[in-house]
Amino acid sequence: MTINTNPFIVPLADIPLFDYPEFFAKVNELMADEGCHCVTYHAVPLGAALRFFCCIATDHKKDFVLLSHEQAAPPIPVLDSLTVSHPSFHLYEREISELYGVEFTGHPWLKPVRLHNQEAGSRKQKAESGIIHPAFRIPYPFFSIEGEGIHEVGVGPIHAGIIEPGYFRFSCNGEKVLHLEIQLGFQHRGMEALFLEKNTGIQRAVLAESIAGDTAAGHSLTHAQLLETLAGITPVKALQIERIIALELERIAVHIGDTAALCTDIGYQFGQVVNEALRTIVINTTQSWCGNRFGKGLVRTGGSHYPLGGGFIKLLLLNLKEVEERYLQITHEMFTNPSVLSRFEGIGKVSARQAGMIGAVGMAARSSGVKRDIRWSHPFQAFTDIVYEPVTLHQGDVWARAMLRKQEVEKSILLIRDLLTGKDFEREPARPVYELNLRPSSFALSLAEGWRGEIMHSAVTDPHGKIIHYKIKDPSFHNWMALALAVRNQEISDFPLCNKSYNLSYCGHDL
Amino acid sequence: MALSIIRIFRRHGRQYVKDLRKSFIAEGFRGRPVISSDITPDEEKSAVNVCPVGAIISGPFTLDLGRCEFCMECSFASAGKIRFTNDHRLATNNRENLIIKAGEDIPITIDQAKVRKEIRSYFGHALKLRQVSAGGDNSAEMELNAAGNVNFDMGRYGIEFVASPRHADGIVLTGPISGNMAEALQICYDAIPTPKIVVLAGTAAISGGIFENSRQTNRNFPETFRPDLYVPGNPPHPLTFINGILDLTGRK
Ligand code: SF4
Repeated sequence: MTINTNPFIVPLADIPLFDYPEFFAKVNELMADEGCHCVTYHAVPLGAALRFFCCIATDHKKDFVLLSHEQAAPPIPVLDSLTVSHPSFHLYEREISELYGVEFTGHPWLKPVRLHNQEAGSRKQKAESGIIHPAFRIPYPFFSIEGEGIHEVGVGPIHAGIIEPGYFRFSCNGEKVLHLEIQLGFQHRGMEALFLEKNTGIQRAVLAESIAGDTAAGHSLTHAQLLETLAGITPVKALQIERIIALELERIAVHIGDTAALCTDIGYQFGQVVNEALRTIVINTTQSWCGNRFGKGLVRTGGSHYPLGGGFIKLLLLNLKEVEERYLQITHEMFTNPSVLSRFEGIGKVSARQAGMIGAVGMAARSSGVKRDIRWSHPFQAFTDIVYEPVTLHQGDVWARAMLRKQEVEKSILLIRDLLTGKDFEREPARPVYELNLRPSSFALSLAEGWRGEIMHSAVTDPHGKIIHYKIKDPSFHNWMALALAVRNQEISDFPLCNKSYNLSYCGHDL
Repeated sequence: MALSIIRIFRRHGRQYVKDLRKSFIAEGFRGRPVISSDITPDEEKSAVNVCPVGAIISGPFTLDLGRCEFCMECSFASAGKIRFTNDHRLATNNRENLIIKAGEDIPITIDQAKVRKEIRSYFGHALKLRQVSAGGDNSAEMELNAAGNVNFDMGRYGIEFVASPRHADGIVLTGPISGNMAEALQICYDAIPTPKIVVLAGTAAISGGIFENSRQTNRNFPETFRPDLYVPGNPPHPLTFINGILDLTGRK
């Protein structure tokens, strides 16, 4: 079934249900088109069966194809793996396997995604009841390379700086990295289950902001528009614009902060301090808007506690002008400085082919020449009234990821300015609405382009309109693999720089 | 090139906050709440109902900043009878001090009698901290990073985050403690030489916040080791953190 709105809702009964072989063939057929990528593939326990939903976005046609298949469980379903033909499915299948014990024949390695450390707890019970894949009962299995002069370097889960935990294992030949394996899951807080357990509108809003605190606006926007779709509400234009401004302010702040961090990692202190100070201006502007530097509390369902007012709009435009001028100066300085360029250019290269294969989204895709941006392909909120042309760079190296940030900051500032000119924000401010009547027996999905890339939230309701399944996907889900590929054949000392150039989310991945 | 560098420096100017002890955050910042003494039973009830984390209870009516996610919903629901002031000084070593009572407008401070003696003698001049994020959402982590940046520069007090627990005098925990991090957190804590301090930064670390009762979190750590400092916030502002540490270690 083809759908052309984002977000969207469909009655469960209308979603085409295929036999697995037919489903398999259809997915393969769709994914053969390089302009397609899978935005979610997950399973939902419905009665005694597992229902699998797969949503594929056709970027150039700007629509979605939604398909599903169903398996009785128990017994443990055994299915042919889609990863064999489309590597970007590897994590989807691992996740399904970890949660429901499904076997995917031909999958290269059904490793745990998030539950590896839990020998004693829920995993053991699952193992005993037979619904967990046997491979997960053993300690986390790392890929290892053997040979003369090959050694391994393990880092984590706690790292040297103030940063979230994750474990990196490098297989090196001398100083050269042959392979990096990234083991995540340390931040797993049981997010998706909490969305069902804590079920007031406010609890869910607070949860959405905590999926990844550096993407509070992105995730809460994706969540809000999902619930509004389920409730059949269309936000008024002014509210849509406010949300986009919140989203783009977040992008500007993080991109500038990352510009600073990249400077730090190459020992370019001048760039670091100047950019740090600019980021402060941006997040303090967000704080003047809503009282929180990260925009927590800003995006809510049905309305807002912080409608844009004349006074704040003035401050916002003034601050953005200041930031724009100074950011242009410092980035011009950076990108013409030979010692900066020599550390950025050609480091951590990921090709367009690789990015496509792993299903990279957002910045990770666009810096490797893959034009993928939900603001352009599947416009949401006020983006439906604008033609947004994404920045795409083909170099795929640290330079491209730094340059992409620079260009996106400029674009986002222009965008905010455009959104604010000639608009009348004086309106009866609608307060948030938390008591929502959700459409029963439906499947809904919402996408937004956060600063890292595409954020996906999806929910299924029961016949009473209660949410019985909530699924979240942060862009980092796919993009961590890009980092692993970027450091191949690099010096191990280039890892921090490559890592910074992606700045992926641990908690967003781990949920 | 040299000219443009000078131009950039000129506009950059002096960025550091001159006096971290006296500076304040603009109105609108969600700081220490004050509950009006004339809050009606109806307003109390709607505040209790609206709170996503059960931080507000009635009889007597109190708000627990150690659980509060600073979402402000109680303020909107009580017609402003619960008001979040811009007072960013929220850190204390006494968990009780985080319970805000109706009709009280008292600054949150360090309970001097409760500060362990060795804290001031060992850490009164310099303090090195190891940060561990255990399920933190990266906002508290970014604010802790910001505490050392060009604006806040807490390094001026000899307070710094260090890479190794062996070099550290204490641990700053963020996040509700994911089950998968419980062991690593313990190992890190054990590796810090004694005497050492434990700081819980952010609501999630103090009480679990919105993650309370998640099956994937493990709250043994803060129950086993008595925290020396609670720094509320979602996330805690750098000024809240820095002033809390300075107060705890007895700095001017
Ligand atoms: S601001 Fe704090 S106390 Fe008030 S509703 Fe939100 S979490 Fe509860």
